[in-house]
Amino acid sequence: MTPAAAFVAPTIEWAYLVPVIVVLVAGVVGVLVEAFVPDRARRAVQLVLALGALAGALTSIVLLWPDVLERNGVRVLGGALVVDPFGLAVQGIVVVLALLATLVVADRTSTKQDAFAPTGAAVPGSAYEDLARRRGLEQTEVYPLVLFAVGGMMIFPATGDLLTMFVALEVLSLPLYVLTALARRRRLLSQEASFKYFLLGAFASAIFIFGVALVYGFAGSVQLAEVRGALLGGTGLDGMTSLVLLGLVMVLTGLLFKVGAAPFHSWTPDVYQGAPTPITGFMAACTKAAAFGALLRVLYVVGQALPPDLQEKLVVALWVVAILTMVVGTVIGVVQTDMKRLLAYSSIAHAGFLIVALVGFGELSGFGVRALLFYLLAYGLATIGAFAVVTLVRERAPQPVVVPAEADLATVGAGAGAGTSGTAASAGSDVPDAGAVLGEATHLSEWAGLGRRSPWLAGAFALFLLSMAGIPLTAGFIAKFTAFQSAVAVGAWPLALIGVLASAVAVFFYVRIIVLMFFTPTPTPTPTPQAAGGPGTAPDGASSTGGGTSPVAALTSRVTVVRSEGFTTVAIAICVIGVILLGVLPSSVLDLAFEAAKFRP
Amino acid sequence: MPTVTLLPALAHVGELGALLPATLPAALSAQEVVPATTVVPGPFLLAPLLILLPLLGAAVLLLVGRRSDRWGAWFGVLMSAASFVVALVVFLSMLSLPPDERVVDHRLFDWIAAGGLDVGVGLRLDPLSVTFVLLVTFVGTLIHVYAVAYMEHDKDRRRFFAYLNLFVAAMLVLVLADSYLVLFVGWEGVGLASYLLIGFWNHERENAVAAKKAFIMNRVGDLGLIVALMLMFAGFGAVDFATVFADAPEAGTALLTAIGLALLVAACGKSAQFPLQAWLGDAMAGPTPVSALIHAATMVTAGVYLVVRSAPIYEGAPTAQLVVVVVGAVTLLFGAIIGCAKDDIKKALAASTMSQIGYMILAAGLGPIGYAFAIFHLVTHGFFKAGMFLGAGSVMHGMNDGVDMRRFGALSRYMKVTWITFGLGWLAILGIPPFSGFWSKDKIIEAAFVPIDGQEWRAWVFGGVALLGAGITAFYMSRLFFMTFHGHKRWNDGSGSPTGPLSTDGPVQHPHESPLLMTAPMVVLAVGSVALGGLLAFGNGFVDWLSPVTGHVEHADPVLPVWALVTLTLVLVLLGVLLAWRQFAVSRVPIVPPRGSVLTRAARKDLYQDQVNEAVFMRPGQYLTRSLVYGDRQMVDGGWMGLAGLVGATGEKLRGMQNGFVRSYAATMLAGLIVIVAVVLAVTTGTGS
Repeated sequence: MTPAAAFVAPTIEWAYLVPVIVVLVAGVVGVLVEAFVPDRARRAVQLVLALGALAGALTSIVLLWPDVLERNGVRVLGGALVVDPFGLAVQGIVVVLALLATLVVADRTSTKQDAFAPTGAAVPGSAYEDLARRRGLEQTEVYPLVLFAVGGMMIFPATGDLLTMFVALEVLSLPLYVLTALARRRRLLSQEASFKYFLLGAFASAIFIFGVALVYGFAGSVQLAEVRGALLGGTGLDGMTSLVLLGLVMVLTGLLFKVGAAPFHSWTPDVYQGAPTPITGFMAACTKAAAFGALLRVLYVVGQALPPDLQEKLVVALWVVAILTMVVGTVIGVVQTDMKRLLAYSSIAHAGFLIVALVGFGELSGFGVRALLFYLLAYGLATIGAFAVVTLVRERAPQPVVVPAEADLATVGAGAGAGTSGTAASAGSDVPDAGAVLGEATHLSEWAGLGRRSPWLAGAFALFLLSMAGIPLTAGFIAKFTAFQSAVAVGAWPLALIGVLASAVAVFFYVRIIVLMFFTPTPTPTPTPQAAGGPGTAPDGASSTGGGTSPVAALTSRVTVVRSEGFTTVAIAICVIGVILLGVLPSSVLDLAFEAAKFRP
Repeated sequence: MPTVTLLPALAHVGELGALLPATLPAALSAQEVVPATTVVPGPFLLAPLLILLPLLGAAVLLLVGRRSDRWGAWFGVLMSAASFVVALVVFLSMLSLPPDERVVDHRLFDWIAAGGLDVGVGLRLDPLSVTFVLLVTFVGTLIHVYAVAYMEHDKDRRRFFAYLNLFVAAMLVLVLADSYLVLFVGWEGVGLASYLLIGFWNHERENAVAAKKAFIMNRVGDLGLIVALMLMFAGFGAVDFATVFADAPEAGTALLTAIGLALLVAACGKSAQFPLQAWLGDAMAGPTPVSALIHAATMVTAGVYLVVRSAPIYEGAPTAQLVVVVVGAVTLLFGAIIGCAKDDIKKALAASTMSQIGYMILAAGLGPIGYAFAIFHLVTHGFFKAGMFLGAGSVMHGMNDGVDMRRFGALSRYMKVTWITFGLGWLAILGIPPFSGFWSKDKIIEAAFVPIDGQEWRAWVFGGVALLGAGITAFYMSRLFFMTFHGHKRWNDGSGSPTGPLSTDGPVQHPHESPLLMTAPMVVLAVGSVALGGLLAFGNGFVDWLSPVTGHVEHADPVLPVWALVTLTLVLVLLGVLLAWRQFAVSRVPIVPPRGSVLTRAARKDLYQDQVNEAVFMRPGQYLTRSLVYGDRQMVDGGWMGLAGLVGATGEKLRGMQNGFVRSYAATMLAGLIVIVAVVLAVTTGTGS
């Protein structure tokens, strides 16, 4: 799996590229697997390949760590890649989170269906799609796509020049566009999300590359180190420092788009909702980590070298974005009724909190970096865990045939199986009829009373929500605390204050879900939005009142929790343990993050 | 008398202290009070057991629960009795010490050490606390025994005994504390036990209300103690007896007066003194053993203990002392007047308790001359009043739990033991020589007639009140005694004979003597009512015993010769008895209370204490809380809800921007970029070019 060893060349320190190469090569091999490995074995091979590659990357990162720390970073490929402690740390976070996300991706649950469309190319609702579904096809290309995206994400924060950064941006984005379009259910919504993501992503990329051009115009180079040198040594285009400022703002805009910061956040709710839920978790956690890594690198390497007045202007821009992002994320989050959209707005708000940790980039203390790295890990664990839980909470279809009531469900309310308990003996599995279980139950009202039926699952979800809310003894608290602390340390206390207030507002919608799960009784079946084949677009402005309800569905549709194959359970368990450990014993990770706060231009 | 302003004076403590040199009586007796030693003689190491044993009893009975129902009552008795045995050991070993080594501070452990405050938990063992310990454990044990029979048919008897044990433990903490803070723990503990026991039959709404009333009025008093604690901490930097009492003579009058008044508020609450007296009558809702133990013999006397214990503070605060005396005198008459009109035997006894504690408070306010007699009367009262309460319980036991004395009468024939023991208690409270009350109450009257600081008006006023009170006491106690045990039957004996009972409408009564378990404690207490006073007064023994705490008192002459006072008192008492005899034993007592005079009607309504409280405190308080709640709802909650609504509305507005069209998303991005670029270009900061 590591053919890289064969390519030893004197000018390139291949060893430092091993983590990236492992992942990308595995992605290429995965494509070959699709071509040559027979149907039946494909999924297993892909799974082993993907998990193995990620584990291998993680191992190599751990092995590289002391060396990189000692050398304080290595410039590879003529400075195109910079493997310094910070870059390697972000890579590590990305790989850990990707590993967890891949576990969720791989889980087919007790329905024996993964979250992806059998044939991504089929027209939604066509006979071809129907045929593919009935044939039980599986789209195992998902795994190489994830690996390519991870590869891009790993390069992204470790780039030494802006062009490589752009390439990495595209490498990570393109697979995500495809993955977004692959949801098994609500195909139209998924495709629409993908298309929006692609268009807006292209737009953001254009802004990014425009910015790169302006920076090049000033410095005569796209290498971050050389731009920095031009700024510090005054060798740039004379009297045109505002050019580099403008260029930087545009570059940052491209990156802020990726992290979902306002006012470049518009795609986030739609895409998070439309994408297959495991991919949403993957995107939300890993993309954010990688993009913040790149953002930080640009800020620390180039932004820091700006003259003080320009630096302050950049800080003001960051303040505006941070405040906007926190406010938009929390305020709109309050009125959401869809679980995935709510988590999307929560992720926007978290982007705001993360930017708060960034505003001190002019200082050399490293506290901001420490806060950011810790926050990314804490947030990523909670997010992947939360979306993993969402994948398990499903709607049950309107059932023309009466299905035996499950033992654990029959006790709650007047259920669908009332009066048919005579046939209950045949219900051996959790899911009596695979066809009856639909997509995720994402409407908030459907989560009512979940805590009574599935206390463990709901408990884990509650923990993730509490961590996102920043309640002490969870990772989220330490994360927010260090982020606000680093902002206060550079005098940005109004930002910290707004952050605290926004957190307070955000607590409302997190706790509302907990209350819903644990303290609200399961509603007797009420009209719910029609699950399958619903309206393709569900933007906020329309979805709350839209969505046809059918009286037939009203009587029989209900929420069920499907059993994981094991992968998701493992992922959720790791996330739970991580969230608690980071919350109770954060010091070792914080120390590690502090060590990683070193850049090599 | 120095003029004292309370609050500003706190800042000038040292100044005022310097202005007021040792002309105060404090200096006279303070030197004779024995300072505490911290060397603990061997047997005193047992002292923590005093508290731990009943506490263990309460814990076991409450935690084991229903499984201990069968043996719970006797287990409670055992724990209380064991505590009494320990008390006896401590007492005897204290007797073997020379008087100037009898004040011992037994530090147990450090409790709070925060900044300047360092509070340890410890026990102060001295004649005063040991006196209380003996009284509480001895009378307590007797009442435990009595309650075994009295509560026999109650299915929650075990819980009752748990609370009784809890009370004993808390009361012992209160009297054994070596600091005001530990005392406060006990103070709250007895308040809790009192609450639990008054409301023991809380399935009756009335009882629950009575319990709540007692608790709330006690809280008012507790606040006084808390204020006193704060003042002590502010003034002395400590709350333990040793430091506070050592520093008190040097402190300013203003501080001492403030502390003294705050402590008096606490004492008024706990001891049902004017103006916090209203709860005691309702507290009779509790089972009779509770009334006997808590609301007659022990807890309600805690206020007296507090004042006497705080003697060094009061001696530097003549104003506070005067207020104490006034409170005592007012309550003394207040209770006596109410007692004259009550037809409920327990409430009449409660009024009497209030009045008798008024005597004690009055004595405690007189200063060193009265401390010993206050405690003396407290002890004798503890015996005869507890005995009479148990007697009342016994009467109720024989009369189907009836309490209306107008439906008693001529019971002496049916319950001889109760009659005799009650009669002995009656003679004791009257102050007939040689019964117990004579020795203690007469001394108080005598002390009240001693002019303080040469002010004769005080002697005449307070002496006169005490004297008058003795006469009224004789009247209402005789009324109670005659209405219950003598005169005509006013209950339905089932014979239907028109010549016999005056009433044939009530339920048929079969008055009978109570079982031995109930009468035995009554007999023991009756023996105490007869002999304890004389025994303790013999050779001035009790006063000498207490002198390490209260100090030796120079003999002072009352404004009238002692023999004249004794004679006058006895004459008044006999007058009262004769009046009652003529009215309630010889003449027929109507079953339906006559309308009576204005004073009678007022006394029946407790001199409108509840109406006053409701008009002055409760209603305005309710209005205040209602307006506060309204304000909270409207302004605080309203503000928050409004804020939440604003956030929600803003969210609704903003989500309109999320319209699903890529073109508007892209436009938003572009606009955002332009705005940010504009901001960046427009902003010029301080360091800018």
